[in-house]
Amino acid sequence: MPFSLLKYGLRKDYPFEEDADIPSAHKLRDSYDVVIIGGGGHGVATAYYLAKYHGITNVAILEKGYLGGGNTARNTAVIRSNYLTPEGVRFYGASVELFQGLSNEFDFNIMYSRRGQLTLAHTESAVSAFRQRAEINTHYGGKSALIGPDEIRKLVPCLNMNPAHMPVLAGLWHIDGATARHDAVAWGFAKGATQRGVELHQLTEVTGVDVENGKVTGVQTNRGKVRCGCVVQAVAGHSALMAEKAGFRLPITVYPLQAMVTQPVKPFIDPLVSSPALHCYVQQTGRGEIVLGSGSDPYPLYNTRSTLPLKESLLSNAVALFPFMSQLRMLRQWAGITDITSDYSPIMGLSPVQGYYLDAGWGTWGFKSTPICGKTMAELVAGGGTVPDLIKPFSLERFERFAQINEMGATAASH
Amino acid sequence: MSKQRQGLLITGDAPVQFTFEGQRFSGLPGDTLASALLANGQWLQSRSFKYHRPRGPLSLSGQDANTLVQLGPEPNVLADRTPLSEGLSASGQNYVGSLAKDGDSRLGFFGRFMPVGFYYRAFYKPRGIWDRWEKVIRKKAGLGVLDTQREAGYHDKQYLFCDIAVVGAGPAGLAAALRAADAGASVLLIEQDPYIGGSLAWHRYDVQGGAAAAMLADLRRVEAHPRIRTLTDATCNAWFADHYLPVIQGTRLYKVRAKQTVLASGALEQHVVFHNNDLPGIVLCSAAERMLALYGITPGNKALVLAGNDQSCRSALTLADAGVQVSAVVDMRASPDDPALLQALSERAIRYIPGHTVYSARGSGSQGRISQAEIRPITAPGEVGNTAETIDCDLLCMSSGYMPAWQLPCQAGAKLSYQDEVAGFRLSGQAAGVHLAGSVNNIFTAEAVVKDGERAAAAALAALGYDVDVPESVSCALRPNYDWPMFAHPKGKEFVDFDEDLQLRDIVNATRMGYRDIQLVKRFSTVGMGPSQGRHSALPTARLVAKATGRTISETGVTTARPPFAPEKVAHNAGRVLHPYRQTPMHHRHLEAGAHMVPVGDWQRPAYYGQPDQARHCIESEAMHVRNAVGLIDVGTLGKIELRGPDAAELLNRLYTASFDNMEIGSTRYAIMTNEHGVVIDDGVACRLGETHFYITATTSGVTRVYRAMTQWNAQWRLDVDILNVTGAFAAVNLAGPLSHKVLAAAGTDVDISAAGFPYLAYREGQVAGISARLMRVGFVGELGYEIHVPARYGEALWDALIKAGRAFGIKPFGVDTQRLLRLEKGHLIVGQDTDGMSHPGELNLNWAVDRKKPFFVGQRSVAIMKREQTQRHLVAFELPAGSETPAEGLLVLEGAEVSGKITSCAYSPTLDKVIGLAWASSAHKKPGSQIVIKSAGGEPLTATVVKLPFYDKALSRQEIQA
Repeated sequence: MPFSLLKYGLRKDYPFEEDADIPSAHKLRDSYDVVIIGGGGHGVATAYYLAKYHGITNVAILEKGYLGGGNTARNTAVIRSNYLTPEGVRFYGASVELFQGLSNEFDFNIMYSRRGQLTLAHTESAVSAFRQRAEINTHYGGKSALIGPDEIRKLVPCLNMNPAHMPVLAGLWHIDGATARHDAVAWGFAKGATQRGVELHQLTEVTGVDVENGKVTGVQTNRGKVRCGCVVQAVAGHSALMAEKAGFRLPITVYPLQAMVTQPVKPFIDPLVSSPALHCYVQQTGRGEIVLGSGSDPYPLYNTRSTLPLKESLLSNAVALFPFMSQLRMLRQWAGITDITSDYSPIMGLSPVQGYYLDAGWGTWGFKSTPICGKTMAELVAGGGTVPDLIKPFSLERFERFAQINEMGATAASH
Repeated sequence: MSKQRQGLLITGDAPVQFTFEGQRFSGLPGDTLASALLANGQWLQSRSFKYHRPRGPLSLSGQDANTLVQLGPEPNVLADRTPLSEGLSASGQNYVGSLAKDGDSRLGFFGRFMPVGFYYRAFYKPRGIWDRWEKVIRKKAGLGVLDTQREAGYHDKQYLFCDIAVVGAGPAGLAAALRAADAGASVLLIEQDPYIGGSLAWHRYDVQGGAAAAMLADLRRVEAHPRIRTLTDATCNAWFADHYLPVIQGTRLYKVRAKQTVLASGALEQHVVFHNNDLPGIVLCSAAERMLALYGITPGNKALVLAGNDQSCRSALTLADAGVQVSAVVDMRASPDDPALLQALSERAIRYIPGHTVYSARGSGSQGRISQAEIRPITAPGEVGNTAETIDCDLLCMSSGYMPAWQLPCQAGAKLSYQDEVAGFRLSGQAAGVHLAGSVNNIFTAEAVVKDGERAAAAALAALGYDVDVPESVSCALRPNYDWPMFAHPKGKEFVDFDEDLQLRDIVNATRMGYRDIQLVKRFSTVGMGPSQGRHSALPTARLVAKATGRTISETGVTTARPPFAPEKVAHNAGRVLHPYRQTPMHHRHLEAGAHMVPVGDWQRPAYYGQPDQARHCIESEAMHVRNAVGLIDVGTLGKIELRGPDAAELLNRLYTASFDNMEIGSTRYAIMTNEHGVVIDDGVACRLGETHFYITATTSGVTRVYRAMTQWNAQWRLDVDILNVTGAFAAVNLAGPLSHKVLAAAGTDVDISAAGFPYLAYREGQVAGISARLMRVGFVGELGYEIHVPARYGEALWDALIKAGRAFGIKPFGVDTQRLLRLEKGHLIVGQDTDGMSHPGELNLNWAVDRKKPFFVGQRSVAIMKREQTQRHLVAFELPAGSETPAEGLLVLEGAEVSGKITSCAYSPTLDKVIGLAWASSAHKKPGSQIVIKSAGGEPLTATVVKLPFYDKALSRQEIQA
């Protein structure tokens, strides 16, 4: 037993007020330097880095529900950097690096667990696509390799190598693939940000954005009006609706994404395994549950309902890959709402409204970018709108130029 | 046991032998594993998740995680839902050593060092140490063990349809089913338990007893009703939109489509939170009643009842009447609602102790079963006085009230609001067509429950258009919930959540640490995240969090109730795990000819004819044969869509980049489809069969998406087109090569196939070898060729006829890999292989296929902008001299140190004797003669020359009949 636990047992009135990770509600003041709309992972990470690296603490995070209750709470906690474009590999690579140090930085265990991610290729065309990803990853210093059936068998002995008449021909092995306790990431950032003076306001919904002469001056909320110097919008799943309040449109279509989890069993699989062809990915959590995910629902919808057809197809494919999983028992099925852009890359940086910064279009891959996103958005804010190099390619204005960052092949069913 | 057990579910007296933890036991037919163990005095059935505490049945109806056992290869099986069978062998799970002597039970002593969320506060210093701790913790987590060698057993699915689905066959459900079916509706009645009647089968609804049996006798009419189908032992595990209900019975998943749903899903009896409230032998009152009535088990010798309502007092009467010595009823209330209960208790010499609670319990013996309870007076909500009395007992039955089974109603959109006057949650606001009845609707007296069932059925009937009067809502004055049944103890272990071993202070401390929202409390403490998904923890958690955060219980609420309601096996959803692949009618001909089959989309196709170790040789010789003589390929997997209607041309105009207005009947046109972003997403050949009739092909893997887009847009634009995906209805072959017209003539056709009569890109209909066929003169592989489509049932005959007729010309079949090589030589791209999710027509050299004059097509604006803009990249054709390495598809194209593209297609061309390919490269290099640098597999740069397409037959003469 680690020494640090002793103190909890020996202190009679634990927890004291100073043990709280998240401070109680504040009065909402009428003016802040920075307002962050959205208290999910990205929003609190931005606040954290603003306070930590730039000394900017007169910041309010406005969250309409509870801390980390949107897609931060609903994702399947996969962290990886094996993307398809140079821009993506660099960006997500920086994110993985930050993730690795977060527990010690926060003094709060986010349970970062490096397991490796294995993506399966069942056709020659998939092999070519994975070869490209492995090549791009290694070209830019990432850790991915195209591996053959023998190595796959060694990594995941319980995998059926011929599922659903789709023989496993090769795999993309990404040793940096990892998972973490997703909620804890948001809590850790919130803890660090609020300790430095940032205010987190839950149950505070932004109902309007005040823009004067093309510049943002404040926001309206269910708790009153707030003036501010600048705004960061980080509201995954509702980005287009929020942007509309600020007076512009985003090239985003919204699709529900479902996932599910089984009852816990003793550990039997270490790596994260995914099969884009079978629209299925699988991982075992630290608690022993199996988390399963699939592709997005086929039609745009602002709804987090679950559906039976998706559950049937996902589980039937999971059983094709791992026949014995048929004995597992399902615990829950849920959904998140995802902002999908046409190139499957995010939108970060400036917007048509001066002082109104965007962090949107995170589709199904927002969680894994949380720290780097917060860090670069904080740089953007602190620099008064100077866009950091790392996120320059993800500007909103790229769509006007059709200079898109095509990550389509690297996002489908392999979160 | 000396006396034969008599219970509703016990169906015989022949002993059923089974083993648990290696020990032999004997039960009776009709027992569950849990009841048989209880009948043998085996209360200890599981160990808890965190502290490894001994646990026994709580609800005895599958509503808790206290009976999870390992059943052979199957982990986490509910013993109280598992029918006993001869030779069954089960064991406990999640222990070190044995269930009785679990080495990990010492973890309980360290509980104070494991406060709520302790794992967030430790195990990470110094950096890197977590990697080691994680391994230890992972092993401790999890419950049962999965056998990774085990195959899925047989499970299947069936659709069911009904007017009204009634979930729950208790009094409310039975009454609803009868009311609805009597009026003429077809009813599906779904009951989780193996019997109908619900609590009428075991609960005492009146002080005298007997009323329930009389009522049930009446309601049993459902069993013979011609319009009611009853599924017992069947769990409705969710409510999905539009009354789509998954119902699991045995190894089958029924997918029920109902027009209306009556949810008579009952209420979940709630426990009392006190020190050691989890010991084996401490059960819900309903569990003790079930033991007696269903299985004929005497639950204990010396019982104590901890009451929060009249129901639990009546349970005491039932126990006493069954011969159990009931020492006392400890009632948390000041008095019973029904004064007659006092008389009835005293008649049975049961002490009635009002205003008191059990404050702590003690267990003893090898199973840790309860042996003593300490009772104390309640002085204020949650607080007790100092005068304690200890009562010996081996059974403690408790009830603090009921929580409506909120899961299905909430999935149907209902919201929970807490009513202080009844100290309970009430449901309202569910979707149209969903009707609540009975105790889920907070109605508790038997008569009112039946009335409420009839009312709900009437409402459903009215919604279906039946002329019925819908009665006013039924009211019930009963107040079965005690408002604060939670008593903190200095030693803790007052469990709020049994699944997750969460004590009262864990919930309160989570709020003190800043996790104040009920969702955050759940996520931080894990309350409600266990196998029973908060059935017993939701209500006390809501009360505790509300108090700790100064909000109302309504504001606090409970966390979202997601499907499934009860744990369901993955196997039930997976079904028979059929992954059928599609075969064309000529499939076995390919096998006979020695084809190497590969998956292409849903289909199996010949890659080439021969052994995989000879692949390259096979492909090259098949290719040369097509170039020099004649070949035949099965292209039946191509998507095929038939469009008929006055707006057929208009729909195509809007969905494809070409114009179809002036297209002549009897001609074909290459068609590419772009999405809103101007990205090429599919291609095919459109044939005009008539003024209002088109036949269009799509890519093998894209046709489902294309068809879906067509039907969606047709509806959205309100066009008048009948669209049919006829992919499987037609077989198709491509007869290609300089001798192909001779083979066609030899096979016999009434189509004029002369050069003038059937020019390139024309479409004809006629007979081929006596089969009605659709013929297209297209040239995907770059030779004279005929694509011939016939009804699928004649596919094999067509294949045989062409092979037979071609024998004189040396015809050979060729596969899809060969076709890929041939089309590459010709410079035709494959959507999906040579395009990616961003490829615009201009980048693909396909501007010629985009009509510039049409007013609109999907993606037109983007395509136009892209045409104006300087694009960054281009799909280029490149060559490497013979003898050079053939770079693999997917390798990168470099521009200095940066990646500028990749190879999409590449092969050695036997016809041209050089390596040819297509690649994405910087548009600076799109001019023929330019050089691109490929990063080879070994990392060495490989310089290739950009050339003009096509590689083969630049004069375009090969597609014509050769002189």
